[in-house]
Amino acid sequence: MLRALIGDRAVVMVAALVLAGAIGVAFANQSLPPTHELHASVFAVGLIGKYLCFALLALAIDLVWGYAGILSLGHGVFWGLGGYAMGMHLMRLIGPRGVYGHPVLPDFMVFLNWTELPWYWRGFDQAWFALLMVVLVPSVLAFVFGWLAFRSRVTGVYLSIITQALTYATMLAFFRNDMGFGGNNGLTDFRELFGFSLRDDGTRVGLMLASAVAVVLGLILCRLIVASRFGKVLIAVRDAESRVRFLGYRPEAYKLAALVVSAALAGIAGALYVPQVGIINPSEFAPTFSIEAVIWVAVGGRGTLAGAVLGAVLVNALKSWFTTAMPDLWLFALGGLFILVTLLMPKGVLGLVSALPTAFSRRGVIAERPA
Amino acid sequence: MTEAAVLPSGALADPPQAPTLLYLDGITVTFDGFRALDSLSLILAPGELRAVIGPNGAGKTTMMDVITGKTRPDAGRALFRDEHDLTRLDEAAIAELGIGRKFQKPTVFETQTVWDNVLLALAGDRRARRAFRFGETAEERERIEQVLTTVRLLEHRHRLAGGLSHGQKQWLEIAMLLAQDPELLLVDEPVAGMTDAETEQTAELLVAINRDHSVIVVEHDMHFVRALGCKVTCLHEGRVLAEGSIDRVSNDPRVIEVYLGR
Amino acid sequence: MGVLLRLVLCLALLIFAAFIQAPPTRAQQAAEDPVAAIAAASGFDELARAIDRLAVSGHPQALAIVEALRAGTLGQRAADRALLWRDAEGRFRDAATGEVVEGVSPRDVRPIRVNNRVRRSLDAALGALQLASPDPRVRLSAAERVFRARDPEAIPVLEAQIARETDPRIRRAMEWARAAALLASDRDVAAKVEAVATIRTRYDLDARGLLASLRDEPPEVMEAASAAIRAIDRHLALVHAAQDVVFGLSLGSVLLLAAIGLAITFGVMGVINMAHGEMVMLGAYTTFVVQDWIRDNAPHLFDHSLFIALPLAFVVAALAGVLIERTIIRFLYGRPLETLLATFGLSLMLQQAVRVIFGPNNREVGNPSWMSGSIELFELMLTRNRVAIIVFGFAVFFALLLVIRRTRLGLEMRAVTQNRRMAGSMGIRVPWIDSLTFALGSGVAGLAGVALSQIDNVSPNLGQGYIIDSFMVVVFGGVGNLWGTLVAAYTLGIVNKLLEPFAGAVLGKIAVLVLLVLFIQVKPRGLFPLKGRAVEA
Repeated sequence: MLRALIGDRAVVMVAALVLAGAIGVAFANQSLPPTHELHASVFAVGLIGKYLCFALLALAIDLVWGYAGILSLGHGVFWGLGGYAMGMHLMRLIGPRGVYGHPVLPDFMVFLNWTELPWYWRGFDQAWFALLMVVLVPSVLAFVFGWLAFRSRVTGVYLSIITQALTYATMLAFFRNDMGFGGNNGLTDFRELFGFSLRDDGTRVGLMLASAVAVVLGLILCRLIVASRFGKVLIAVRDAESRVRFLGYRPEAYKLAALVVSAALAGIAGALYVPQVGIINPSEFAPTFSIEAVIWVAVGGRGTLAGAVLGAVLVNALKSWFTTAMPDLWLFALGGLFILVTLLMPKGVLGLVSALPTAFSRRGVIAERPA
Repeated sequence: MTEAAVLPSGALADPPQAPTLLYLDGITVTFDGFRALDSLSLILAPGELRAVIGPNGAGKTTMMDVITGKTRPDAGRALFRDEHDLTRLDEAAIAELGIGRKFQKPTVFETQTVWDNVLLALAGDRRARRAFRFGETAEERERIEQVLTTVRLLEHRHRLAGGLSHGQKQWLEIAMLLAQDPELLLVDEPVAGMTDAETEQTAELLVAINRDHSVIVVEHDMHFVRALGCKVTCLHEGRVLAEGSIDRVSNDPRVIEVYLGR
Repeated sequence: MGVLLRLVLCLALLIFAAFIQAPPTRAQQAAEDPVAAIAAASGFDELARAIDRLAVSGHPQALAIVEALRAGTLGQRAADRALLWRDAEGRFRDAATGEVVEGVSPRDVRPIRVNNRVRRSLDAALGALQLASPDPRVRLSAAERVFRARDPEAIPVLEAQIARETDPRIRRAMEWARAAALLASDRDVAAKVEAVATIRTRYDLDARGLLASLRDEPPEVMEAASAAIRAIDRHLALVHAAQDVVFGLSLGSVLLLAAIGLAITFGVMGVINMAHGEMVMLGAYTTFVVQDWIRDNAPHLFDHSLFIALPLAFVVAALAGVLIERTIIRFLYGRPLETLLATFGLSLMLQQAVRVIFGPNNREVGNPSWMSGSIELFELMLTRNRVAIIVFGFAVFFALLLVIRRTRLGLEMRAVTQNRRMAGSMGIRVPWIDSLTFALGSGVAGLAGVALSQIDNVSPNLGQGYIIDSFMVVVFGGVGNLWGTLVAAYTLGIVNKLLEPFAGAVLGKIAVLVLLVLFIQVKPRGLFPLKGRAVEA
């Protein structure tokens, strides 16, 4: 098991990089004085924390796309549901400190003249319940959806578009005020989590570190899954699903298990993201966001785990730079990235790196060929 | 209407005299009005080696599809070991009953090693919840080595299957069949694209496999079929045209007309 | 023939009547001229009687005089007591002839005042005059007004007009008005029951409101009224459902237009062009550019702008499609998921390009005059642009069907759809067919854009909203089958609109999406699947 774990050098390196980087940034923020040239601002800490959440989402997508061949264009739905579960907990923790000062009801419900907490908001004042829901709600949705889809052997572009429709439908639903999730504005004005004020720098550093740990744990989990017998069957399903059937396996069971794990990871990622950005609204379910997340994986290198983490950080850093330096060009860059990666770099950045030695040797072969 | 339905009422109910492994009865498959199988009936005894020949479009591959659950017939029954109706089961269930298949076009898992390909085929618990295991047991390792030795691929065990030659892929697929250890093997054109020497080796291999398994081979290569030295069934337009020894079938005037040519 | 004959007869009668009326004697004029009577009237009662006479006199200026009196613009010149009224431009006109009289100072004219007694006479006169107006629209609206006013005093006038009315629609309106007035009168039970039955045939909310407002009537009348109300409710529910179906048809046409191009490219090549919505957007912006140019250079062509835009939009989108196919999709053949991602990237770039060129806001695309307004068909109000889209959707569909069924290109496209490799080995140039297919599918999307510019906001996001819906239509209908796409588009459109009243627009949409996902469970290959071994491979 340990051998399987460290069998992929890229994964080990990226995990180490994530941990070291996060600890380094935390140190640079907490222990270096603001005047120090290596001091990391709270803004930087928040940014890194966000990237790490995206990295975990990318990892979740890579598990199903890279290893099971399920191109989900709707992972935002799992991410968003995890985020909403966390947001509901944070909302309940505001208590009577809201604008309207109601002891139980969140502000937006008071605003809508609601008098009672809807049944599905019960229990979210308890941290353990909220954390359970962060994992459970996306998993159950993934299970139901996957069971229906895989059972009827929906694959390929059909499946992709249906996942897209799923997140689209969820977005429409959450936009409605009477759904009880704050409608258009979503959930915001959070105060504290586990007794720590969300406005403290220390809490933000802690959340960023927690995200880093989550990414590393996610890497470990995914690595174990893909290196096990289960992972080998999964890859076989990706490459030749019907052949696997004739060997006596039921691909739907394997795909379903992978999707559920992936959804849970995405939910955790969303839950870590929400307290760091301070808001969750239906735009997290926007179809475009889910597709964008897929391209992070593609940029880093599909089916490598390490690549997903790298790609998410890379593309989002690029986005941060573009949207401040030349906002009008960002969508051109992103669109170009989609085309470039699929057309010219099917194995992503990681594939490019590992292909370098072979490329050199191949050039040697060509040179030797008689003219 | 199936052929069976027009037989006297007692005929179908009678269990076949000798024990049978596979009993196809009045199988009909239609694709958009085209009858790929037209109430096909075929009986295979346990331990038998059978070659199925016939021109293109005779229904050979469709017959395999029906037996392995890929295609549902419009009519007819396919009994395995006199008890399981294959037309009601899905591919995975049929494979678990003990029917293995080698495809016309070699399909191996190209991005995985030769070793892992065989490992995946190895008989054992197929359930997803039991698959969270690492490596393989000593017993499994021994079995994989044995199978790979049989098909002469042991030295290639760490190579990716996608990098093998066409003939090696054919053998790897046979190795996977062996590892799966099914009671009945369906082998679709195993020597297509092989050299004469490879063809001969493959024939020997199949005969050897037949010692422990029942085998149905679909093949065009008459030399190969002759080398198998077994009972031959000739299909034509979804029906059995002739059945018997290779000499009898190859001398049947109808077979000569539609298939062998003069 | 009969109609023509009757028309000629009527005309002859009219001319004859005009001749005998034309030269009246001066004595007659003095004695009977109602205008003179008004001028001579002293006191309100006399004035009211003069108005009553005017109303039935058939005087050509009667309506103008009554309206002037109501508006308070009728006055009397102090010098010769002649009646004058001021028109909208402030000129004085002779009440008897309606001709402009020059050189009158407003100070010389004393306005004629009215009281409530006179006002009642005026209203009745106006109603009666309008009921007799030569303009059928005026007659119709007058009848409607009496229906609402339920004035029993109007009954004699109505009965006179009903006998004379030739337009069946107006006569029916007058009968309804008479029935309504009758219900307010003190006629006997039988007449009232009959009136209820007459009003019932209106089958609208006004009739329902009138019947529901009946109080203290004999039980027979009340019974008839409540039965009529139930009948009207049933009828209205039916009309609403029919209206929803028509809305559904128009939504279905939108879906059909957006999806059919996708159905073609997906059917033939098995790839999803996520930039398909942007082809629609390009079509819409082409319409905008065409209209913009027309506004500046040839405003008289505005009503034809869509016909100019259609071929241009087709060409623009088709060229864009070919470009996409040649530069991106061709290199991703056999990798449909990658194609999906690459074309999505392209859609982002196209949207941004349009945003940079045309700005991020909605651009104004106008409806030509022949598309604005609405028409009424069997009690259904249909806006003209909806009707136009339904017609256009069918036209595009059948044109495409013709291309696919009857042309060489169509034949080869169908061959490639069924078996790409076999088609290639039969000598069909598959890459060439791919390009043409893409051009055709994208071009049709461009046409859809022209149509959508008439009902949707033309913004860079126009196309984005349609890609999921379009794909759902294709999936629902079954790939490679245009009829399936047609049935799917209209089914989805109608189901969506029928669900809307119960579930609201958003929930309706969600319900449709969920139903579709469940549908795929039952029929993974859509309503009309292609069968055969080639498909399964």
